[in-house]
Amino acid sequence: MVVPLVYAVLSGFKSTDELSSNPFGLPKHWLTSNYTDILAGGDFWRLLGSSTLIAVGTTVLVVAASALAAFSFARFAFRGREALFTLFTMGLMFPFAVAVLPLFLLLRSLGLLDNPLGVILPQAGFGLPMTIIILRAFFREIPGELEEAATLDGCSPFGFFWRVLLPMARPALGTVSVLAVVTSWNNFMLPLLVFTDNTWWTLPIGVQQFQGQYSAEYARVFAYLVLAMVPALAFYSVAERQLVGGLTAGATKG
Amino acid sequence: MTSTFLADKRSGPGTDLPPPESVRARGRGRRRVLHWLTAVGFQLPALVLFIGMVLLPMLFALYAAFFRWGGFGMPSDYIGTDNFTQLFDNPVFLGDLWRCLVLVVLSLAFQLPFALAMAVLLNQKLRGRAVYRMLFFAPYVLSEAITGVLFSMVFAPDSGLADHIFGAVGLDGVGGLWFADPSYVMATLFLVMMWKYFGFHMMLYLAGLQSIPRELTEAALIDGASAWQRFRNVTLPLLAPTLRISIFLSVIGSIQLFDLVWVVTQGGPDHHSETMAVTMFQYGFKRYQVGYASAISVVMFGICLVFALAYQRFVLRRDLEGATTTMRGDGK
Repeated sequence: MVVPLVYAVLSGFKSTDELSSNPFGLPKHWLTSNYTDILAGGDFWRLLGSSTLIAVGTTVLVVAASALAAFSFARFAFRGREALFTLFTMGLMFPFAVAVLPLFLLLRSLGLLDNPLGVILPQAGFGLPMTIIILRAFFREIPGELEEAATLDGCSPFGFFWRVLLPMARPALGTVSVLAVVTSWNNFMLPLLVFTDNTWWTLPIGVQQFQGQYSAEYARVFAYLVLAMVPALAFYSVAERQLVGGLTAGATKG
Repeated sequence: MTSTFLADKRSGPGTDLPPPESVRARGRGRRRVLHWLTAVGFQLPALVLFIGMVLLPMLFALYAAFFRWGGFGMPSDYIGTDNFTQLFDNPVFLGDLWRCLVLVVLSLAFQLPFALAMAVLLNQKLRGRAVYRMLFFAPYVLSEAITGVLFSMVFAPDSGLADHIFGAVGLDGVGGLWFADPSYVMATLFLVMMWKYFGFHMMLYLAGLQSIPRELTEAALIDGASAWQRFRNVTLPLLAPTLRISIFLSVIGSIQLFDLVWVVTQGGPDHHSETMAVTMFQYGFKRYQVGYASAISVVMFGICLVFALAYQRFVLRRDLEGATTTMRGDGK
């Protein structure tokens, strides 16, 4: 399981020549220049920055919009509620690949190509169904007495949402945020289409391009790969509980 | 549990009934409208995003599929179902359908049982099991693109790790071209998919296993059930909801596979690893046959929809809530 990962890390410390003569073993001379060259150049950091910006933007947007919608689904009775909710849940069945072509045309006509919003908005749109469903389930568990108390104290619906519900829902918000970050971070198809020049490229795109560019210099590509994996794995090790919790939240309820 | 805010107290959840006639009907009517506006007001940002970024594009794909259209201006050259009839004469697309089926079958036959076995194993009291869990799940957080590049290096002809391993154990003749060999490419891709996604399914199963009360298996143990009997008659039935969801995600994921293939082979050699999404991408973004590519999208959507509806109707039914709270489409 870890063999490919360890292999990549070690290979990054070798020279490309050594890689073919000594594929498995530890490097004879630990060559750090593959890694340091990449870190010293600005390209890697730019990709990291734009991946981060897009992930954060997507997450803020999808969590904010979903929290409002989930609040209304969980705590209000209104005409058309079930129909609307069904509409959102059906969104889970819509494969992204189906919408990507017209989405691209739409973004082109809105002038959002080569603009981070061109990735953030669709990602947020496609993230809504799952986020709403998780948050709704969570909001429903918060006792109604709290709401009555808040109302008696003169709280408006939005005031209750903002001052009582959101702080209480922090764990759930954390879970959906982690899911949104991971999904955005790993998206490949949309950034590939939307960013025609390299200003806003994200890490997955950068890695693919780097491999194309340095296809003969295996060791460098390995070093680049490893560096590109580090943020995701670091994030995972910090947010593991939230991520796994989110993925399995519904799966076990049955 | 519904809100007390501005709510007409007499109408509980699902207020699809008209407001009751009474002397104060007008006042209540106004309050109902206000209530409705508040409720829907909260939905507005999500609705706008969802309609604009999800529904409209989907509907437009459905519309564009009936035109011969290069993607500029509005589609005007209406050709009825020609795109679809051509599609089902296209050997590449028919191959896509076949490869999709192969991936689905492979996933169900190998990946999920393997994930289940690992989950059962890791559910035992085992030294360092937290570490194993972390390790197995880690590939899931790497993007398919990065995984793809990694494995295109591992399986690189001659210099890659895989060839060295086979060479070291004296199997020089095995593999070799891997992704470049038409007869190996799908198997190799499947291995990579398995590496990346089996941990995800394993995690689902582990969570499911942990929700099974220990008393049940203990009771079976006291009754003299063997390990296999305990697994077969106690664990498996109780894990059924989780299994159904994981199967669902796995199938939907296989239908949409794109990133991995695009990064590793772009569908090659000679279309032997092409998936529907890759074909759609080729026609839509490389050859500017947007109408034709839309037709592929529509077929893909149709397959997903038919599968999802049938699955929900016949298998999932009670698990809808569960299926929908799990990460969308990312479990291959």
